[in-house]
This record gives sequence, structure tokens and C-alpha cells, in this order.
Amino acid sequence: MVINFRRFVIVLTVVWLGLFVLVPHVLVLLTSVMSPDPQHLAVWPLTLNSWGRLLEPLYAEVFWHSLWLSTLTTAICLLLGYPFAYIVAKLPGVWRGLLLFLMIVPFWTNSLIRTYAIKLILGNKGLVNSLLLASGLVDEPVQLLYTPFAVIFGLVYVLLPFMVLPLVSSFGKLDGTLLEAAHDLGAGFWQRFRLIIVPLTMPGIIAGSLMVFLPAMGMFYVADLLGGAKNLLLGNIIKNQFLVVRDWPFGAAFSVALIGIMAVLLWLYFLANRRINRAGGLDDESF
Amino acid sequence: MTRSPILTLSNISKRFASQEVLSDFNLTIQDGEFFTILGPSGCGKTTVLRLIAGFEQPNEGQILLNGDDIARIPAEKRPFNTVFQSYALFPHLTVFDNVAFGLKMAGVDVQDIAVRVADALAIVRLSEFATRKPHQLSGGQKQRVAIARAVVNRPKILLLDESLSALDYKLRQQMQLELKQLQRQLGITFVYVTHDQEEALSMSDRILVMHNGQAQQVGTPREIYESPRNLFVAQFIGEINVFDGEIVQALGEYQYEASINGVVREIRCDHRFAVGDKVHVMLRPEDLRIDCRPDVAERKGFPGIVLERSYTGQTLNSHIELENGQTLMAHEFFDEDDPDFDYSINQKVGVDWVPGWEHVIPAERSGKA
Amino acid sequence: MMKVFKWSFIAAIFAYLYLPIAILVINSFNVSKYGYEWKGFTLNWYAKLWENEALAQAFLNSLLIATLAATAATLIGTLMALALYRYRFPLKATSSGLLFIVMMSPDIVLAITFLVIFIALGIQLGFWSLLIAHITFCLPFVVITVYAQLKGFDQYLLEAAQDLGASESRIFRLIIFPLVFPAIVAGWLLSFTLSLDDVIISSFVTGPSFEILPIRVFSMVKVGVSPEVNVLATLLLALSLLLVTFSTLLLRRKH
Repeated sequence: MVINFRRFVIVLTVVWLGLFVLVPHVLVLLTSVMSPDPQHLAVWPLTLNSWGRLLEPLYAEVFWHSLWLSTLTTAICLLLGYPFAYIVAKLPGVWRGLLLFLMIVPFWTNSLIRTYAIKLILGNKGLVNSLLLASGLVDEPVQLLYTPFAVIFGLVYVLLPFMVLPLVSSFGKLDGTLLEAAHDLGAGFWQRFRLIIVPLTMPGIIAGSLMVFLPAMGMFYVADLLGGAKNLLLGNIIKNQFLVVRDWPFGAAFSVALIGIMAVLLWLYFLANRRINRAGGLDDESF
Repeated sequence: MTRSPILTLSNISKRFASQEVLSDFNLTIQDGEFFTILGPSGCGKTTVLRLIAGFEQPNEGQILLNGDDIARIPAEKRPFNTVFQSYALFPHLTVFDNVAFGLKMAGVDVQDIAVRVADALAIVRLSEFATRKPHQLSGGQKQRVAIARAVVNRPKILLLDESLSALDYKLRQQMQLELKQLQRQLGITFVYVTHDQEEALSMSDRILVMHNGQAQQVGTPREIYESPRNLFVAQFIGEINVFDGEIVQALGEYQYEASINGVVREIRCDHRFAVGDKVHVMLRPEDLRIDCRPDVAERKGFPGIVLERSYTGQTLNSHIELENGQTLMAHEFFDEDDPDFDYSINQKVGVDWVPGWEHVIPAERSGKA
Repeated sequence: MMKVFKWSFIAAIFAYLYLPIAILVINSFNVSKYGYEWKGFTLNWYAKLWENEALAQAFLNSLLIATLAATAATLIGTLMALALYRYRFPLKATSSGLLFIVMMSPDIVLAITFLVIFIALGIQLGFWSLLIAHITFCLPFVVITVYAQLKGFDQYLLEAAQDLGASESRIFRLIIFPLVFPAIVAGWLLSFTLSLDDVIISSFVTGPSFEILPIRVFSMVKVGVSPEVNVLATLLLALSLLLVTFSTLLLRRKH
């Protein structure tokens, strides 16, 4: 039998993505409005109970704290990543390739192990405290580990490359003659930055923020290793509900809330792209 | 009309990473003229424009605007504006906001901006496109927005960098005409950079021909075309036939007898030569006359045979090989009395020209063309 | 001045990124168990890793999954990129939208969707569930790399091949595949990297029957310090660097 290549490729695409992406997302949405059951995980009837429980003070507090840590992480990544990406994008091809490659190398040790290394650095006997003590700036170790600072330090560490890569791509597409034109029309550095550079790299800014902000909420192992009991992330709750408490509808409700935030950010991303007449999505090559 | 110099480049040198692009370059542009810098790619013409605009700084030399040195003044502070080759329209701004950009930077009052932008858009006939984004415009429209965005600032000099090269042939011809009219209407000095000699000839008041970072000749289109100062200019602007000759006798001032391919002919020129000087005698294809009378004895001029002929509608273009192996090009207009006039390949002909139509310069190279 | 500032900034960022790695590598040779100070060179911890059978097994499992997932994702992703580039079909826009969602979704969300579908389909959590999940989250990165390359080349090339009588599968084999090969290699490396780096998704979709590094390591480092982990990190880094150098050389020789 001759297999039609074209049909094979199309069926593979549609079936794989349907079965392992579309259906699971629908199922999670469905789970979030089902009733919990320790034996069968999620059962009828449909109910909004889990959604209501999101507002319980205990969970709302973790949610806001998590949101706050993620926001700070995103802001710091942007602050470090934006100038970094600008410099890298302007470098000649060989250098740019090398520096981007060097951003990827740390990934090969697995992010959990790198987070563990940060624990060694920030600990009471760790590198930072050793330096502080040796320099005489402090008399006893500063408590760095198990603070919000440690969590943000770890999140920025793991997620910075995800901010940088879309930004480098955005800066790469920034047409230098547009800046010359603005220059020619009398715009100084800050005006060029505000009126041309920022709007034209907005898709990169939003994509980068999206790829830092949302994952940051989910990085339960960073919170587990560096944050202690007080600095939980949304991911810790979700993991707990799914794998320990086994209240799937409640865990799913949290996930859907996260998807909701993602949808809003994606919408902003497409708006920013449309503003400068790019397609966005997979056609955009932002990544 | 007498004009005064507005911009002078004096003794300019520019190096990029030790590669010298311009050295000891001089140029004077008159107020209100349409000045074109013409040359092949890599000749340094764009560098000259970018030096004037302020995107590059010269390593040595002065750029004088009405006598003041502006070489160290940044681009945004110079009273010049540029129309970029790629137009460089801001993709996230509307046509109106693109045109208004320079005025906003200059802190012009909002109401004045509205009036002046509307005027500029009216001049380029794009009034109804003010709210569009650049990607919703055709190439010609983008071109006009780029022009409006530059002229709205009332620059002392408008710089145009190969601004028509992205348009197709018909549109380019139309824009050439519009640019020329616009320049006359605004009275602004235009400095136009191009590699297209036809564009340069049709639009400019004066042309600078550049090659390898050197100014080859400055002059009106007519001077450049009819009296090229050297071989490069002659061959870059249009097509030309070059005969090698030697002065054999002076007949009077600017009048000599020269031996060309073994035949002694009388030539007129605007140089002084001594007997024995080698010269190039140059003729445009349209200045050659072909004698195709069947009788060899009656035929005038250098004998040759027709290698190839082609019909272009307006002219019959022929390639003719002389007995010494040199190939000539001749363009002849059709004669109304003889609509079927044509040559056959390998036909024996004579090639001649009207005395005085030749252009003579000192020889730059030896040997045959 | 500006240049000095520029390069110091770049250097500072890389110092931040590499400091933890350096500590891991150095401590893997450190006699001191706690790694707070240098007490002499040893290969003892490497031997310890060798003896810790469960950990060594998890290490090998991780490498196995990363290799298999990267290979499968590259294969499937290349075909998907081709489908999106070359064919019209119903649900095409939906397909590219779904890939985009996978790329943008935080890992925790993907982890849950995978868990839910595996339970719903009755797939035992272990090797297969882990492999499918890893393939899926790597897919968009392969697709986008290959798709960009496809868009880059002359569209008439494929028409020329068709005109000369090549069938679809031959066009793929003889024209498309060689032309997008660099993108395929890049996609594979990216997938391998993402798979090896993953913690969150793996935590949800694997079971006791098939343990991989992050799961095993997590329980070890949550409570205390564990020098074998330094050894693991060093080995992973060395192996990956070897792999990349090898593939870069291979790529360079081909082109």
C-alpha cells in the first residue's frame, strides 16, 4: 500500500496536537468545575465550589504573594535583559552566536541542580556570607536563604535567558535606518528610545515577560529549595493539590486562573505585533 | 540666475576601519539647486550624503553651511532632512504621525503641526491617507510620505539617497518629474544620490560624477554628457565610441589634424595639444553616420562590416566592426522617407561623423579600444 | 568609556549565570562534603556516584529520555513545520495556535494537562508518558526553527522539483530535508536542552517505574547537601558540551 505522504503529515499534525494539547486543556477546564473525589479524582456533578475556594484567605494570600514575586522577577529580568539583549543584538554575528550559546550552556546541568547550587551560595556558610564576613561588613551571617530575596534571586537566575532570547530577536528586527530617520528628524537619544525603540521592540518585551512571569508562578522547586515555608508559589499549591491532597478540581481551578492570565498577556502580545504590522504567533519567529 | 554657495565640503577625508573611502574631497553646492551625486556603487557617494546629513563624521576636513563649520554638529541638530532609500517610515505610526514627527521633536505647537502636516500631505497629494499606516500604502505613496516627512521641516537642504531605486520604471519616471517640480516649487536645495545616469541627467541642475572616492567631474547635465572630462565619465554616462589618435599638426587654436586609425582627419576640441600627443577622439553612437552605398569608391569614412543590428522602435542600433578589429556602436533615427531602412548582417559599410561633433581628450591608456 | 561599560555589563551577567555552575564543578572535586571551603582534590564523589545505583540509573534514564524525546520531537516537528508551510488543511490555524500555546504555557500548566490526559487515557505513568510529554513540549521549538528556515528559501525550488517530476515524499527527502538540515540540528539541540533541563513536567508525569534525575535529586537536596549531585552536574555539562562540539563539527564538515 502506498501511504500518501501529504495525508500522513497532516493527520500526524492534527491528531498529535489535538490529543496531547487541545483535549488535555479542555479536560483541565472541565476538571476545574467538577467535584473532588479522593478515589476517582474528579466526579460529577458540575460545581463552581473550587473556583469559590480560590478566594479563601489562605489561598488568596499565597496567590498574591506569588503574583508579587513573579512581577518583581519579571521586572528585574527586563531591567537586566533589555540592555543585555540590545548589546548582544548589535554585535557581529559570530559574537552574538557565541554569547547566546553561552546563555544556553547552564541549562544542561538541569535547573533543579542549579537551584541547589544557589542554595549553597546563599546559605549561612555560603559564598556570599563568607565574603561579607571576611570583608568585615557584617559580624554574623545575614539570613539570605528562605527569604523572598532568595526566591527572586533563583527565579531570575533560571528565567533570565527566556527574557533575553525574544528580546534579542526583536532587536535584531529593528531596522537601523528607522533610528537614523528619527535622528535626522531631530530626535535625541531618549526620544528615539521612547518613541521608536520601545514601541518597535514591544512584542519582544511582552513575549519575554510572558515567558518569565507565568513560569515564575509555577516554579515550585525554587520556592521549595530557597523560599522555605513562607515563600510559596502558585506552583506549590497546584502540585500539592494534584499530587498530595489529590483535590484535582481545586488544583485545576488554579491552573485555569493561570491560563486566564496567559490569555490576557497573549492578547496584548498580538496587539503590540499588529501595531507594527507583524503577524505574531509562529510566523513571528520571536523565539 | 546667480546662486551663492550654501554648502561646502573642503578637504574631507573619511576612513572606515583603515579603509579610505574619501580623501581630500571637495564639493560646493549652490543654494536652491538640484544637485546630483552620480556614481557606481561603492564610489563613496552615499558616504558623502551621510557626512552631510551627520550620520558619519569626517576624519579630517570641514563641512561649511553658509560659512559655519557643522562637521561636529549631530544629525538631529542640522537643518537638513533625508529621504531614505528604504523610506524608513515608522511602521507603528500613521502617515500623519510620521510626517508630524520632526515638528514634534522641534516642539512646534500642536495646531501649527496639524496645519503644516496637512499642507505637506497636500503637496504630495496624499491628504486622504493621513490616518493610514505605512504598510497600507503602495511603493509610490510611501515614497511621497517620506518626502513629505522631510520637507515639512523646511530643511535648508533635502538629502535624497537613491530614493527612486525601489520603484518600477514607469513610476520612477513619474516621480522624477514630480521631484523636479517639487524642488522648483519649494525652492529648497536638493542633494540627490543615484547610480542611474538617466535619472541624474533628467532631474539635475548640476551633477557630480564620482569614482573610487574621487570627484571626476562637476557640471550641468549637458556638460557632463557632451564634454566628459575623462574616459570614466564618458563611458559611465551613456554609451560612447572611443578612437585612439595622435596629433600630427596644429591648424589653429583648438583645431588640429590628427591621425586616427591611419587616416588623418581634422578635429576640434577645447584642449591645447602639441604635435605627437596621444588623444581619445570620442563619439556618441547617435553622432555616427553610416554610409551604406553599394559602391566602395563612393563610401565615406572608416570601412567596416555590420556585425549585428537591432530594432528598438525609435532607432536602429548597429554594431560595426572596423578593419582594425575595433567595434563601434551606432544609433540612427528612422528616416521618414525610407521606413524600411535596415542593414543586413555582414554588409560592408563606411562609418563617418560630422566634423566638429567629436569630443577630444588627452589619452589615458594606450592600445586599441 | 561606553565600550568598557558595555562589556562589564555583559561580563557581570555571565558571572551571575556561571557562578553556580562553577561552584558545582569545583565542589565535585572537593574533599569537603559541604563545599564551603576547598579541602583538597578528590575523585571520591565520582566513585560514590558509581556506587549509588539508583542515582546512576536516574542519570542514564534522563539522558535516554532527552535523546529519544529530542529525536522524536525533531522528526515530528519537522513534518509539522512542513505541513504548516506547504499544505492547506482544515484546522491549520488551530494547529499553529496550539503549538503557540504549548510554547507560551508555563510548565506547571502543561504538566497538569499531561497528567490529566494520561490518566484519562489510562496510560501508566512512567517511560511512555514521560516520553510523550517531553516530545510534546519540545515540538513548538523545533517547528519554529524549521519553519523559519523553510520560509527563508526560494519558494520556486519546490515547484521546480515538482515540475521535474518529484513526488511529495521525494521532494521532502531530496530537497527540503538537506536544505533545512541546519535548522533540524538546531531544533534537536534545543529539544535535548529543554528535556534535560525540565523539572516540573517530569515531576507530574513519571512514576516509580521510571525515575529520572530531577525526581531523584529533589529528594536528596531538599533535606541536605549531597556531593554526588555536584558530580552529576559536572558530568551532564561535560557530556552536553562534547555532544554539541561533535554536532557542530559534523555540521561544519557538511556545509
